[in-house]
Amino acid sequence: MSTRIFGSGIKRREDPRLITGEARYTDDIKLPGVLHMAVVRSPYAHANIVSIDSSAAEAMDGVVAVYTGEDLDLAGLPTAWLIPDSDLKTPEHPALAKGKVRYVGDGVAMVLADDRYRAQDAADAVVVEYEELPAVIDPEAAAQAGAPLIHDDVEGNIAFTWAPFDKEASDEAFAKADVVVSERILQQRLLPTAMEPRAAMAQFNAATQELTLWCTSQNPHIHRFIISAVTGLNENRVRVIAPEVGGGFGSKIPCYPDEALVSWAAMKLGVPVKWTETRSENYLITIHGRDHVQHVEMAASKDGKLLGVRATVYAGMGGYLSTAAPGIPTILHGLLYVGPYTIDSVYCKSIGVMTNGTPTDAYRGAGRPEATFLLERMVDNVAREIGMDPAELRRRNLIPAFEDGYDVAAGLTYDSGDYPAAFEKALDMAGYDDFRQAQADARSRGRYLGIGVTAYTEMCGLGPSQVAGAVGFQGGLWESATVRVTPTGKVQALIGASPHGQGSETTLAQIISEELGFPVEDIEVVHGDTTETPMGWGTYGSRTTPVTGAALAHASRKLKDKARVLAAHLMEANVDDIEYADGSFSVKGSPDQAQSIQDVALMAHLAWNMPEGMDPGFEESQFYDPPNFVYPFGTHIAIVEVDAETGEIELQRYIAVDDCGPQINPEIVAGQIHGGVVQGVAQALCEGVIYDDNGQLLTGTMQDYCMPKADMFPNFELGETVTPSPHHPIGVKGVGETGTIASTPTVYNAVLDALAPLGVDQIDMPLTSAKVWGAIQAARS
Amino acid sequence: MWPNKFEYTRAGSVDEALGAISDEGKFLAGGHSLLPVMKLRLDAPEQLVDIGGIDSLRGISANGELSIGATTTHAEIAASADVQAMCAGLASACGQVGDQAVRNFGTIGGNIAHADPASDPPTVLVACGATVHIQGAGGARSVGAEDFFVDLFETALDDGELITSVSLPNCSDCQCAYVKFPHPASRYAIVGVAVCLKMDGDTCASADVAVGGATVKAVKCAGAEAALAGSTLDDAALSAAAEAVKADIGDWLAGDIAYPEAYRQQMAGVFLKRAVAAATG
Repeated sequence: MSTRIFGSGIKRREDPRLITGEARYTDDIKLPGVLHMAVVRSPYAHANIVSIDSSAAEAMDGVVAVYTGEDLDLAGLPTAWLIPDSDLKTPEHPALAKGKVRYVGDGVAMVLADDRYRAQDAADAVVVEYEELPAVIDPEAAAQAGAPLIHDDVEGNIAFTWAPFDKEASDEAFAKADVVVSERILQQRLLPTAMEPRAAMAQFNAATQELTLWCTSQNPHIHRFIISAVTGLNENRVRVIAPEVGGGFGSKIPCYPDEALVSWAAMKLGVPVKWTETRSENYLITIHGRDHVQHVEMAASKDGKLLGVRATVYAGMGGYLSTAAPGIPTILHGLLYVGPYTIDSVYCKSIGVMTNGTPTDAYRGAGRPEATFLLERMVDNVAREIGMDPAELRRRNLIPAFEDGYDVAAGLTYDSGDYPAAFEKALDMAGYDDFRQAQADARSRGRYLGIGVTAYTEMCGLGPSQVAGAVGFQGGLWESATVRVTPTGKVQALIGASPHGQGSETTLAQIISEELGFPVEDIEVVHGDTTETPMGWGTYGSRTTPVTGAALAHASRKLKDKARVLAAHLMEANVDDIEYADGSFSVKGSPDQAQSIQDVALMAHLAWNMPEGMDPGFEESQFYDPPNFVYPFGTHIAIVEVDAETGEIELQRYIAVDDCGPQINPEIVAGQIHGGVVQGVAQALCEGVIYDDNGQLLTGTMQDYCMPKADMFPNFELGETVTPSPHHPIGVKGVGETGTIASTPTVYNAVLDALAPLGVDQIDMPLTSAKVWGAIQAARS
Repeated sequence: MWPNKFEYTRAGSVDEALGAISDEGKFLAGGHSLLPVMKLRLDAPEQLVDIGGIDSLRGISANGELSIGATTTHAEIAASADVQAMCAGLASACGQVGDQAVRNFGTIGGNIAHADPASDPPTVLVACGATVHIQGAGGARSVGAEDFFVDLFETALDDGELITSVSLPNCSDCQCAYVKFPHPASRYAIVGVAVCLKMDGDTCASADVAVGGATVKAVKCAGAEAALAGSTLDDAALSAAAEAVKADIGDWLAGDIAYPEAYRQQMAGVFLKRAVAAATG
């Protein structure tokens, strides 16, 4: 019996193995004779390395070798997003520091021992003498004259300056405006905190010169490419396997020093080498997200027409430029500055600044949350300035519905949207007008309720490869997939992308099932091994469903075309007379004569009786390069109450109306929205990296770094509209990041709405009770 | 995640534990304070003497006063009808420690020996006049809770001494509550306030108040107690007590980068009022 399929909230097939602990992660893989790597890490944010004495460590039981940066013959780790026209500098990023360390956690030496404990003991016994240098963490401060210089070849610590828009036109728009509002917005650093920390294990076969690297990767084909480049091995001698990967949120896109180190050591010593990050290391060395200081302005007319937005952004890059880092505060940020509004003037100057923090890179949403936040924040500021209700101001400026392409001032062509429909639906669900009355009543009783409304759209489903090339991304952004059917009618779908918790094994099987009629339980999705799967650029940017899904839909359609011809041949009928329904081909007018898709697959494999010119086998592949991004959209609304006595915030209601086109699996869509909203709300309310002035990470454990907890949240109220993407074979848009993109400004604006009668108009995120209380006291005094 | 090397001994009795402990050793009970610190290599005892299997250290008895064995878990204390009857605030505090897994393993003795200033049980023990019973190679002694907690992570325990039990006076005629403002990251107390009130009709005959979380150790708050005692717990008395409690803890304030001392001090006043409301509600 077939399970039906597209649009059905079937359970995630991944979950039984994940929730019973049967899933096999990198650290679960045991190889005989493996050596364990521990890395000696810098305790200083900025220091010269005066000397390294590893003699005591080398003499310890079980220690095989200790290497420093001077011992390595590895190329530096590449930066792979070379944004054009930005005077980009790409300072060398050695796998182990040479001469100088640039953030706390920077690797200084590697210890290899027969046991993980002994490796750590020996790492502690390596004596490194440092000459401490002044450190700088704040990106705006690091860009000022006189700041400590972090890389000699990055003058003024400025790695790039990206400003592609017409400044004069922007200045003109602002000069003509009735109203200009401004704010300095701090997009604090965040820790991605995937449930599984990073891990890597390498094995080298000297006879075949083949290196196998198991690692926590969102993109094993990109890891293969980079490991090949840094080790000098031919790419076809490198096999990268991402086994079960326990979440990433972007943090497992980059290729890190650790993956290069285990590969190099395995090649040098001829034995497998393994490394698994501790959570403390994860917080120190795995990429952080966000870290912008933004100076933002918005221009408007006094009757509520939004005219322009402009910003100067200081984006903290950390001690080195991570794999995709330059693209995040630029391409994925500034191009989103008009959001869903009819704003005609845009300007963004984004300055990438080296600091003594952990390197930053893509974190869920990656540049788009930072854009959506500043835009939504400024819309609320305009509303307050001109005395208009913020929902009404948004309503007046939303782009009207469009079905096939809408050009915006930021240079993008949105694919499809009906922003007003989602907006009105969300306002209805929230009972917006009634709430304003309830809010007024509550205020008269000394209670502070607030509401925040965010209308958003975002670019995802990255993306057309031609665009990738034009914006300096050092790769393509297409995907490929093979749909392979066995003689007994079971399906293996091989994909180049590498899902790691999204439920794609389920949704992608649903696409194939819909297209070909195989029961979904007969379809297996294979991913995460560069030898087993075709080339693909990976799972990030909400792209696997839109891009890999399209490749699978096209490959399935090719198979269906073949099946139709073969079925006609087997039933001695004209192809035009063949009808298809639910996995069965029949001849028009003779419904008793039928060939199931399984029958056809078997006959294609047997090839006993093929039509003239048809090749045997039942397998098709498709390379799919999307013609445009996809642009999901929606409106989110939060209702909060602030306890003025303590500054505590209670999130009372959260309404999310999202449009990601047709939903393949509504349960998985809801799960993505839930998770995204939680991550975004956490940025508004509690998450935030704190460094001290010396660059020491003060939020190094979950005792200090506030991960969101279930009891912080009400039941989310989800709604949907359905606007298919016109350029996509099944109309779907990505939904992995929308929740994170929309929710941070929604909750922030709700809190500031609640605090308005107390005279508070700005608080840096996260909105901890201490900061909210402090702002209330300051406004009262 | 990778503690330094240590010797491990499992003791069958208190005498065996006291005989086994070395100068560089520590007692291990539930392990929920000590082991995380060792995994981070912030502490590296060379020897752990596991007292978790010593039956005589575990359990709750109620003979006139409440006696709780050192290795009794937070979950057992929270669920005990005797504790709920004789010191409701302690049951409440133990029910708010960590999460369920921590409460199932963590012990009262381990908790107070660790003396984390933001932990919940010490605040109630100080408020309610508990006594800590200690045994060492030289014999047994008892220390009042207020004297037991000396400073940040510092107690009156000498090297090689073991907590055997904690006792509390019967407070079944008190109205007792522990109210906590949890740190959103760790769920330790930003401030925790314990109050035990003896009511005579509408009048508060006597009050015991202690504050933790905002302080380097649980602090008994005489000023707040005086402001409450003799009052009808009216708004004026509560406001006076809230002011007094801030002064009571003024010499002992603690904070972190996100929730600084000044904020916690103010919140002590807010949560004192809430604790009184919880106790009398």
